Amino acid sequence: MNTAAFNRLFARGWLSLGYAFLYLPIVALIVFSFNDSPLPNVWRGFTLKWYAALPDDREMLAGLWLSLRIAFFTACGSVVLGMLAAFTLVRYRRFTGRTAFSGMVSAPLVMPEVVVGLSLLLMLVSIQRAVGFPERGMLTIWIGHLLLGMAYATVVIQARLQDLNPQLSEAAMDLGARPWQVFTLITLPMIAQSLASAWLLTFTVSLDDVVLSAFLSGPGATTMPLVIFSRARLGLNPSVNAVATLIVLVVAIGVLVASYMIARNERRRAQELAAAGHA
Amino acid sequence: MAGTAQPWLRRLFSGRSVVIGLPYAWLLLFFLLPFLILAKISVSEMENVVFKDLITYKDGLLQLQLKLSNYVFITQDALYYKTYIASLQYAAATTVLCLAIGYPFAYFMARARPERQPLLLMLVMLPFWTSFLLRVYAWKGLLSEHGWVYDAIVGLGLDQVLLAAGFISAPGKLMNTPFSLVLGMTYTYLPFMILPLFGNLAKLDVRLLEAAADLGASPWVAFWKVTVPLSKAGIIAGSMLVFIPCVGEFVIPELLGGPETLMIGRVVWDEFFSNNDWPMASAVAVVMVLLIIVPLALFNKYQAEAQEAGK
Repeated sequence: MNTAAFNRLFARGWLSLGYAFLYLPIVALIVFSFNDSPLPNVWRGFTLKWYAALPDDREMLAGLWLSLRIAFFTACGSVVLGMLAAFTLVRYRRFTGRTAFSGMVSAPLVMPEVVVGLSLLLMLVSIQRAVGFPERGMLTIWIGHLLLGMAYATVVIQARLQDLNPQLSEAAMDLGARPWQVFTLITLPMIAQSLASAWLLTFTVSLDDVVLSAFLSGPGATTMPLVIFSRARLGLNPSVNAVATLIVLVVAIGVLVASYMIARNERRRAQELAAAGHA
Repeated sequence: MAGTAQPWLRRLFSGRSVVIGLPYAWLLLFFLLPFLILAKISVSEMENVVFKDLITYKDGLLQLQLKLSNYVFITQDALYYKTYIASLQYAAATTVLCLAIGYPFAYFMARARPERQPLLLMLVMLPFWTSFLLRVYAWKGLLSEHGWVYDAIVGLGLDQVLLAAGFISAPGKLMNTPFSLVLGMTYTYLPFMILPLFGNLAKLDVRLLEAAADLGASPWVAFWKVTVPLSKAGIIAGSMLVFIPCVGEFVIPELLGGPETLMIGRVVWDEFFSNNDWPMASAVAVVMVLLIIVPLALFNKYQAEAQEAGK
């Protein structure tokens, strides 16, 4: 075998093993959600009983409903704050405290969640003792998730804003558009796709969070990840596998639809550019 | 008077001020202020459930009272400083493993045919979208007795290798060991290593490698002297994205670790939730932040540079 062929084989092998490593746990989760066995990691036969039991699982359903609401409001808030932060970082290169601002925007991405959760809780408790508001619950969890979501949204939207041609908005202004019109008519449609991916990403980040929710939740506000986490701590639990499979299914459908729409938009944009004589 | 106030007022309510001011105020209020409060509580005396004021004024005497006993305790009690060292070690081991697996991975991705790259990239990002908690939980099943990975490792006799290397303490027991902990963290954080490295390596100018080859460098030499130095920014970004969150990781040690793999995130959690000792939990957290402040600064410097480059 010559060197080039060996190199190609080695590269293929490394990539295949890497992807196998990334996807093995997901495959295992799905397979064992259909497992009819008291030992959740030994295959005994096919069953749907874990799925049939889910509608009666009050704790899980209540957690899911709460998590979905928090995730929805987190995603909306994150996109708004992330868009403003991304605009600030891309458009305004000079203002007082810019270094501190860019540091604070990205810090929640890497900062251990235990630290963020604890410090946020201590502050909210201090406020609550002073003014009697807010109670720990959905609102406080939302604030914590929004802090995390804003960091993710900023990264996604910023990447798109940097690619925009500034001449487009300058041309619009030369033609007499007000800054607000430039934003709604030119900038917004061009970054819409990144806003959508930021919304979806922060939705899933919120739907998945354990640590911030644990610190910031109060009595009666148990999110779905907290339910899953407390069961997973005790040991293997087939109900967790069934929930996991449903989540994977929803995500897979969502990603397929989204990537189809993105590909369609890109094609249309390429056609428009070609028609305009740019290509 | 009105003439001088007007431009100032107009500037305050201009679009620019709102765009900058809103996220800025949000971060100051919900990110910076909580840290200051955390630092304050770590040096506060707690009486029942109320914190005593740090600064008191009484009979013309202004007093600043800082309770440093928590910090003294952290440096003296072996439980604390050993846990800090262990956390740093596990995070470092995870970072090295992610780099060892992720660098060739990102390199081969960047060398794949251009039309294949979007698919390869999406396949790396896809696990991000499925719950991290559930994927970590899945390893529990894979590594427990009779699990797929358990059977493969024990069947091949690899548990003897892990035993000899000190990652597990008994043959045939993989769960709740340093091995399962580091494996779980490597699995979870691998995409955070691959993505910045891929972004960096995909931009590498292939002509530089051709030039090196023309000048007589073997592919191996060219890789170490050209490719690796040029991807330094990606290596740093990926390593920091793995290392910093791993130091304070809580969920993975809780699900995959055991009594012998205590990490500092768990200590903060226990001080707060089990012992109800808020000042101690705060002090442990403050020391953790101090430990990761250098990597954090490195990460921020890289982020700023990437922004400038992307302009």
